[in-house]
Amino acid sequence: MKSMFTNPVLIKEFKLRFRAFKSFSGIMFYLLALSIFVFGFIFVLMDFNISGFISSEESVMLFSLLTYVQLALILFITPGMTAGSISSEREKQTLNILLTTAQSSFQIIFGKMSSSIVFLMLLLIAGLPIYSLVFLFGGVSPSQLIVIFAFLIVTMLAVGSIGVMFSTLLRKTIISMIATYGSMLVLTGVTAFFFLISMEMNRSGMTGVTSSPSIFAHFWGTINPIALMMTLIDPLMLDSFYEVTNIHFPIWAGYLIFYSLVTIVCLLIAVKRLRVNMKKVK
Amino acid sequence: MIEIKGLTKKYGSFYALQGLNLSIGEGTVFGFVGANGAGKSTTFSILSTLLQPTAGDAWINGKSVTKNPEDIRKLIGYMPDFFGVYDQLKADEYLDFFGSSYGIPAAERAKLIPQLLELVNLTHKRYEYVDVLSRGMKQRLCLARTLIHDPKVLILDEPASGLDPRARIEMRDILKQLKSMGKTILISSHILPELAEMCDEIGVIDSGKLIAHGSVSAIQTQLQGEKVITVKLRETVDKAVKFFEEDPFVTGIEVNEQQLTFQYRGSDEEQMALLKKAVLANIPITSFAEEEKDLEDVFMAITKGVDEA
Ligand SMILES: Nc1ncnc2c1ncn2[C@@H]1O[C@H](COP(=O)(O)OP(=O)(O)O)[C@@H](O)[C@H]1O
Ligand SMILES: [Mg+2]
Repeated sequence: MKSMFTNPVLIKEFKLRFRAFKSFSGIMFYLLALSIFVFGFIFVLMDFNISGFISSEESVMLFSLLTYVQLALILFITPGMTAGSISSEREKQTLNILLTTAQSSFQIIFGKMSSSIVFLMLLLIAGLPIYSLVFLFGGVSPSQLIVIFAFLIVTMLAVGSIGVMFSTLLRKTIISMIATYGSMLVLTGVTAFFFLISMEMNRSGMTGVTSSPSIFAHFWGTINPIALMMTLIDPLMLDSFYEVTNIHFPIWAGYLIFYSLVTIVCLLIAVKRLRVNMKKVK
Repeated sequence: MIEIKGLTKKYGSFYALQGLNLSIGEGTVFGFVGANGAGKSTTFSILSTLLQPTAGDAWINGKSVTKNPEDIRKLIGYMPDFFGVYDQLKADEYLDFFGSSYGIPAAERAKLIPQLLELVNLTHKRYEYVDVLSRGMKQRLCLARTLIHDPKVLILDEPASGLDPRARIEMRDILKQLKSMGKTILISSHILPELAEMCDEIGVIDSGKLIAHGSVSAIQTQLQGEKVITVKLRETVDKAVKFFEEDPFVTGIEVNEQQLTFQYRGSDEEQMALLKKAVLANIPITSFAEEEKDLEDVFMAITKGVDEA
């Protein structure tokens, strides 16, 4: 833990990041967007409800919408924050010098990764007060919020690692961005598509109803961040997911395993490929 | 101190380095001279563990760059030919970042940074953002950075290129100071005179091969003085050998069947006179040609900047 706060790259990135105006304007813009969204939602509801009162059902709706907004922000901001972490140093011709220092490849990658993650966490935390509004209206438990936050962070770590990996492997930031956003779309869109297809294939068996377990449908559903958030917000969704796939392995556990693996593998690849392998002389 | 053996780097079928051998003693200031594209940066990148050689290896202080790159990084301070700086950092923060990159404790860094800035004449720019510094100042700041962990060896790739004459002199003075501190310094340039004054030894590289290595004066005479002349003869080789041996400018005659090769130190006029005399002496010459010698071209290429330096 101590090494985290003495990591040279992390400290440098913080200095650079918080000196840049765009970091502050980024946080402000994010909070503004979130506030407008929440208060707009509340005002619209107030208008429709003659009683001028927000029910707990509507509160849950607000909560789930907020969660999807947070998820979308993470999915869209994380690639932008990480996909240039190494390649932009290469483009600015600062990477070579960094690589000749005594820092280990792990330290450099860790510093790059954690500086982005800490900043994104700050964004999430800055949004918390707005979130807490939901509790005023009831229908949502704080423990639910904690679980959702934990999974937002798991998602952030995985997408961030993918970004850092592409930034290490690909020479140009722009291409790394495309690859990272592409991966993000695969994880959300393509998995959803495969989930629906494999579900359909399972259904069109002899009987016409789902009886056999569909490993594929379960897998594609499990690794889809949107599907996971749905089941975390509404337990009924979880039941229907188990019903559809006929497999009762907890979706959150599958998600955690899959994305932890993605994070570890991507970071390992980044560490391995950051420097040339001097030992591989033929 | 530095031992390079059979160092080869291939890009596709192109040889950027072809079996480079070089040995540099401790405390030497070694000037690495060659035209653009000769392979200087490639050599320095391999020494700095940034590039993997296709074959061969190099040792610094007994550590192999391919087998112990982690040890090498602590031994060297590397300054690339082209580099960027972190614009949003101040000069002292820039040095502080690299100090921490070498695991130097904060208290020690705080003591070290003013000393280094002093050494490179940037004390007055300590709290300035790096991006407002001039090119020469950035170059000096980068030099200060290479020194932060007190490395035994400095590898400086064209540190004087792109600098105006004044900045160049300033850089030269700093390097002299570093030399007096006993550091082994490798410094490259595509202009020989730029290095001549401050180096102990010069190595000349051309097309990935070391074509000359020695003291500055030895290299200069070797590069300047010699022409190689090949004479083809019809017959009576012995007579021709005797004739050319008598000429004061001719040395090292080699006989190869009907062909003579020798080094010639005379001027063009003297060379003309020699040919005329040979013809008059009835030596059956069929061809009298100055050999295209690499050194000559190399010398032209690396002395182009004489006036600027
Ligand atoms: N990445 C690369 N791919 C292909 N050729 C390269 C690469 N890097 C350098 N070269 C070639 O290798 C040769 C040596 O380059 P370099 O070491 O940079 O020369 P110098 O520093 O002496 O000017 C040049 O001909 C250059 O074009
Ligand atoms: Mg070069």
